Amino acid sequence: MIQISHLSKKYKNNTDFSVLDLDLKIDEGEIFGLLGPNGAGKTTLISILSSLIKPTSGSFSINGLTFQKNANQLKQLIGIVPQEYALYPTLTAYENLYYLGSMYGLKGKPLKEKIHYHLDILGLKMFSNKKLDTFSGGMKRRVNLIASVLHNPKVLFLDEPTVGVDVQSKNVIIENLKKLNTQGTTIIYTSHHLNEAEQFCTKVAIIDHGSIIIEGTPKNLISQYPESHNLEDVFLTLTGKALRDHA
Amino acid sequence: MHKLWASTYKELLLLSRDLGGLAILFVMPLVLVVTITLIQDSTFRSINDNKIPILWVDYDKGEVSKNIYEGLAESKSFNIIGKESDKEARELVFKGKYQLAIVIPANLSSELEKKVNLNVEGLLSKFGLEDETPQSHKTDLEKKEVILYFDPATQMAFKNSIKNGIDKMIFKIETQTIYKAFQSQITDDEKEAIFDTESFITFKEITPSIGKNEIIPNSVQHNVPAWTLFAIFFIIVPLSINMVKEKSQGTFVRLRTNPVSYLTVLGGKTVIYLAVCLIQFGLMLGIGVYLFPFLGLPSLDVSGKIPLLFLVALFAGLAAIGLGLLLGTVARTQEQSAPFGATFVVILAALGGVWVPVFIMPKFMQTLSNLSPMNWGLNAFYDVFLRDVGIMDLVPELTLLFLFFVITTAISIVYNERKNAV
Repeated sequence: MIQISHLSKKYKNNTDFSVLDLDLKIDEGEIFGLLGPNGAGKTTLISILSSLIKPTSGSFSINGLTFQKNANQLKQLIGIVPQEYALYPTLTAYENLYYLGSMYGLKGKPLKEKIHYHLDILGLKMFSNKKLDTFSGGMKRRVNLIASVLHNPKVLFLDEPTVGVDVQSKNVIIENLKKLNTQGTTIIYTSHHLNEAEQFCTKVAIIDHGSIIIEGTPKNLISQYPESHNLEDVFLTLTGKALRDHA
Repeated sequence: MHKLWASTYKELLLLSRDLGGLAILFVMPLVLVVTITLIQDSTFRSINDNKIPILWVDYDKGEVSKNIYEGLAESKSFNIIGKESDKEARELVFKGKYQLAIVIPANLSSELEKKVNLNVEGLLSKFGLEDETPQSHKTDLEKKEVILYFDPATQMAFKNSIKNGIDKMIFKIETQTIYKAFQSQITDDEKEAIFDTESFITFKEITPSIGKNEIIPNSVQHNVPAWTLFAIFFIIVPLSINMVKEKSQGTFVRLRTNPVSYLTVLGGKTVIYLAVCLIQFGLMLGIGVYLFPFLGLPSLDVSGKIPLLFLVALFAGLAAIGLGLLLGTVARTQEQSAPFGATFVVILAALGGVWVPVFIMPKFMQTLSNLSPMNWGLNAFYDVFLRDVGIMDLVPELTLLFLFFVITTAISIVYNERKNAV
């Protein structure tokens, strides 16, 4: 499904690579978690895979397609849930979704039905005509998710989709993502919530300093480190306890 | 096409939700046009209701000072206030209480007459027409100076027009005195008209006309197009802010991941902001036609010109939007786009001749002026309003405005593609 080969990214004015010679293969139907401390390269990797930034070197393909050759085809195939809300605050939830759905070529009754369906299952039906700037963080996150799945993407990239939301919203989002996965959507997701990733992901990769340190199923990784009881222990063992603040 | 429609509808919603911004977008240009037209109206009026008070010090009390006084009074531009002393008048003017003081020196009339008489007598004696040869043609008469005091804050154009006006009056008085001196030497009958002292050469201004109606320029005809154009170009500020907001909100990033071209995104904005420009223009014409007469201003004459005026507004709007799209594409923050946009419009307006006519600019600035889309738009508006031209005469300016739109939009697209190439 996703094939990444020797991918590197170095930003201007940075001395270090944000992604360094990264090789990765993600199979169809996976819920793949990209885990790592701040500045490890997770968001950069997701941004490259969703065509937002250009890699310094290396290549990747999704379903055999590349952005250089099949940009529009590929954009139709993927969905991106960015870390920011990426919605128009003065438009209603419905208006936001109608516009963003239209950008995928959806229109008319099918689009309206999809919007109402997703708003319903994510508990936002009664707020569909409210402006986004009146929504709580959790509600905005849910609209943010709907905006990325209206076109039934084959691959969904999520950059910390549950950051800053309450437990109930987080639960609804995760349940919905699981449902999408059972319907055939491959999910690639970054998060700092390691317990959530342990339960949600079928496979994870721990990334640090732009490179993948380890990858496998959560159970498999935990079993490789006998002192570890969960994925968080494995994570701290591999990435250390030093703070990773950087500006 | 559906994506373009959806983009347009989204822009319409965004604009309609910002009622404050919308009010500013429509109300402020109207306020601007009304204010500027009211201010500039007097400069276009032949009869000025607001007379400028000036000080008058007359040490001569003779024929010459009487003629100058009458000339100033006849112009109906001045309220002449008499003062007894030169010193008092000078102080009042230099303190800025009055714009101008005119001081007529003592014995100006009598000494002018004396000088002219001596010259005429001398001339006639050369031809043997004089009974007695004058003792001396050279006189010891001192030159007389009419003194003008101007407030230091007075504009140069006003100063020059006053100086020219007084110079013309003095020249006329001198000429008439010479004629009179000849007349008195040649005949004893004062009533006998030997010389016609009226000016032989006069001016006649021919103005363009539609049928039998002359097109007389007035402040409205000049100001509405100029300041409407200014307002149309100010659209670049809200437009670029709209685009920068999309970047800061993250919605632009989302759009980049969608299968939609940047041209479509810009297309939606173009349609809506062009509509804003045209509505704005319609409102401006509306106040020119219906509101101005209530404010004591001449009514804007748009009879038979509306289609051409809207055509010019359409192309001027496109040029302005092209610039706004480019600015919105390049700018990263509102702090970059808003001040730059506002200042740049003012520069374009200045270059375009909105404030100062292009023909009085220095040569280099005149050349630069040719590059300002506001200059093209203003010329096109003047063509329609004041020169009564047909559509074919507008083609050069409309083509330039359209090319400007195409080029700025193309640069925006190329810049965006290069910046976000993957």
